[in-house]
Amino acid sequence: MTSAAGTVDRPSLTDRSVGAMRTVARNNAWTLGLLGFLVVLLVFTKVVNSNYGLSSLQGTATSVLPLALAAVAQAVIVIAGGIDLSISSQMALISCVAATMMKTYPGEDVAVAIVLLALLLGLVLGAVNGALIVLTRVPDIVVTLSTYFIWAGFALLVRPAPGGSAAEWLKDLVVGSLGTDLLPKAAIVLIVIVAAIWIPLSRSRLGLSLYAIGSNRLAAFRSGVPVDRTKFLSYVIGGLIAAFAGLSLTASTGIGTPVPEPTYTLISIAAVVLGGVSLAGGIGGVFGPIVAVVVLQLIRDDMTFMRVNPNFGLVAQGFILIGVLVFGSLIEMRRSRS
Amino acid sequence: MTVTATDLLLEATDVSKTYGAVVALDHASLSVRPGEVHALMGANGAGKSTFVKILTGAVTPDTGRIVVRGHERTSHSPAEARRNGLVSVYQEPAVIPDLDIRDNLRLTATPVEPFRHWLAELGLADLRLSGLARRLPLASLRIVDLARALALEPDVLLLDEITAALPANLTERVLQVVQQQGADRSVIFISHRLIEIAAICDRATVLRNGETVGVVDVTAGSEDRIVELMLGEAATAPRLREAGAGEAARKEQTPRLSARSLGDGRRLRDATFELYPGEVLGVVALEGQGQDELFAILSGAERPVTGSLLVDGQAVSLRHPADAIRMGLVFVAADRAEALLMQRSVRENISLPISARIGHWGWIDLGREGRTVHRAVETLQIDARAGSEVRRLSGGNQQKVTIARWVAAGVKTMLAFDPTRGIDIGTKNQIYILLRELAAAGAAILLYTSELKEVQLVCDRAIVIFGGEVVAEMPAAAADEVDLLRAAHNLMPGAALPEETTAGTPAAKAAVAAATDEAAGRP
Repeated sequence: MTSAAGTVDRPSLTDRSVGAMRTVARNNAWTLGLLGFLVVLLVFTKVVNSNYGLSSLQGTATSVLPLALAAVAQAVIVIAGGIDLSISSQMALISCVAATMMKTYPGEDVAVAIVLLALLLGLVLGAVNGALIVLTRVPDIVVTLSTYFIWAGFALLVRPAPGGSAAEWLKDLVVGSLGTDLLPKAAIVLIVIVAAIWIPLSRSRLGLSLYAIGSNRLAAFRSGVPVDRTKFLSYVIGGLIAAFAGLSLTASTGIGTPVPEPTYTLISIAAVVLGGVSLAGGIGGVFGPIVAVVVLQLIRDDMTFMRVNPNFGLVAQGFILIGVLVFGSLIEMRRSRS
Repeated sequence: MTVTATDLLLEATDVSKTYGAVVALDHASLSVRPGEVHALMGANGAGKSTFVKILTGAVTPDTGRIVVRGHERTSHSPAEARRNGLVSVYQEPAVIPDLDIRDNLRLTATPVEPFRHWLAELGLADLRLSGLARRLPLASLRIVDLARALALEPDVLLLDEITAALPANLTERVLQVVQQQGADRSVIFISHRLIEIAAICDRATVLRNGETVGVVDVTAGSEDRIVELMLGEAATAPRLREAGAGEAARKEQTPRLSARSLGDGRRLRDATFELYPGEVLGVVALEGQGQDELFAILSGAERPVTGSLLVDGQAVSLRHPADAIRMGLVFVAADRAEALLMQRSVRENISLPISARIGHWGWIDLGREGRTVHRAVETLQIDARAGSEVRRLSGGNQQKVTIARWVAAGVKTMLAFDPTRGIDIGTKNQIYILLRELAAAGAAILLYTSELKEVQLVCDRAIVIFGGEVVAEMPAAAADEVDLLRAAHNLMPGAALPEETTAGTPAAKAAVAAATDEAAGRP
């Protein structure tokens, strides 16, 4: 019927809203499908583990928070046509700096300043990645692989061993729930951070430009989009979100761990792909990757609970990832043929 | 013509190929006698390159029969075509840049000694085989490609614009070598340069709109016949512009755009012309004469090395397309894939330059943007039912989106580069009308077109570019296709084509050398 882009005829208001809903459904078919998969997975979890209930949700939420933020950071960068391998060591460095400073300068109020400082550090790390990529024209994957090692080295210099501490209010932010078990605090924190960054971004010129340079650099350039500046800013925004991810690590563990968990980077990429963002850039959003992180986490938890050999669990995760993607691209092929 | 089918070295009959709605070849045919040099001629988009691709197995035809030495052959890949005796040399050398020449030869199982022999014949005897291909200049790579093809001893050798961008001395050697091939080997020769055709070809097959419209014995004076065949009947569509309207407007105004000796240091050498508000100025050129570079400079994508550009009488320096857009210079590309965000919506594609052009990161007023987009969609009658992803629109509707984005922003100067390439006739007509309407509303439009009839249909004036220079300017009323095509080949109107040119004589060589000097931009 009608679409968000508008047609020549002017349909009635109800027709329009029905049509608009259809368009939303069609444009977000992937994410909706993934949500369906998540529901099935939750039911499955409840079947294999009858103890899994509302209170377990907040445990899941707390453990998912750093990964979900990492996935959002990765999504912003991938949408703009880049990729950031350094995310996990950015998180480690920021977490170590925050935990160490909170130990050295204790005090709940000082901690606020430290958190702001950590966020600033995230912006700087992202800016370094972005500037190196734009100025040197070295491919994103090479630059961020290099900075992965650099940030990891700095993290070890700051904290040779795990330690430090976190302010109580910070820990309190991500553990437990708000009144009812249905509202895990970690989930609310995630929603607030993502909403505060993503909603204004997607409504602004910068947001459209991010999609534009990821979708077709040449077309964006010819349309007057400052391609280099936009690319740089995608890494700055990614760095800011990665800083939130690093702080959430400190908040949930209460310390800083200097050795980055490389799987954070890998899972963030897997979640971005599973969440419907094209690695070629230009397609997708941040909601899909968040759902994907929860799906991946639940699969891991279920396997742990079912006492699956953890090594086999890894193999199974890989197969699930490939299976879902093959299934998705088959549907996509069908759709574009009709 | 008492040649029977069995005497032919190559015979292709009834060859058709369609891409979606576009008919590239329509029951075309080609027959090549043993030992002849056979020209394949046609205007841009007549189907030459599709024909070559089918003969060499790069494209599978929908229908058609290809017979080589009396045996029917089907080639599904260039390797198979080579086994069938057909080898081609494309415009872009098929050489792997990161391998040395010897490894490149090994890759195609080319014997080295014959290769060296042909290399020497072609004037590159001292080429080192251990050098990386990427270190060689383009001209040498073409020669390497040709020598390799000859070393494979093909029955039929296809040369697609082999002499384009070759320096004069190499061109001469190439033409000599081509001509000296024995009675056992035929050459299919494609070139925009009529003078080369006259110098070395025995016969010519002319394609128009995918059909074979004639086979001509190349003799003195046959060039006129070839040009005639390439063009067909004169365009019969009604004219859209009012005669003299642009002329009157021009006298009183400062030009919207003045190009003074613009050059990019390579292909574009000296583009000088003026574009006035309210007119559509046609640009006509054969492929690769510097028109791509001219449009890249005008749209801010590249910076000129020489010359200057004035907008509304003020000298400007464009560093980025955003600068050009701010000056009101907007670009419509022939290739939609270079202009659109294919996986994004119609709305995003239209609003992209509007929102990006100011260059700051404000909040998008969704309501206003929606109304602007809606207006543009209505103006251009875009069928946006599949609007959530532009790639699902038809080619014509996609092209309308690339135009709509500028119309929505209020266009002052449109740089349209072959905007009707590969789209259906109905949409073409809508675009013609739109261009005239924009001009009538005061916009200045520069229209490069590979379809010569568009000049009389849409333009007020036309300029012709050859070898990077504006070589002719004419009012559209006087610019019939024959004149335009002659001018595009840098043959002055009325002047005789080089009739005395017969192959092999010193005079012919000199003429060929002179023509290629000019084309390659060398002193």
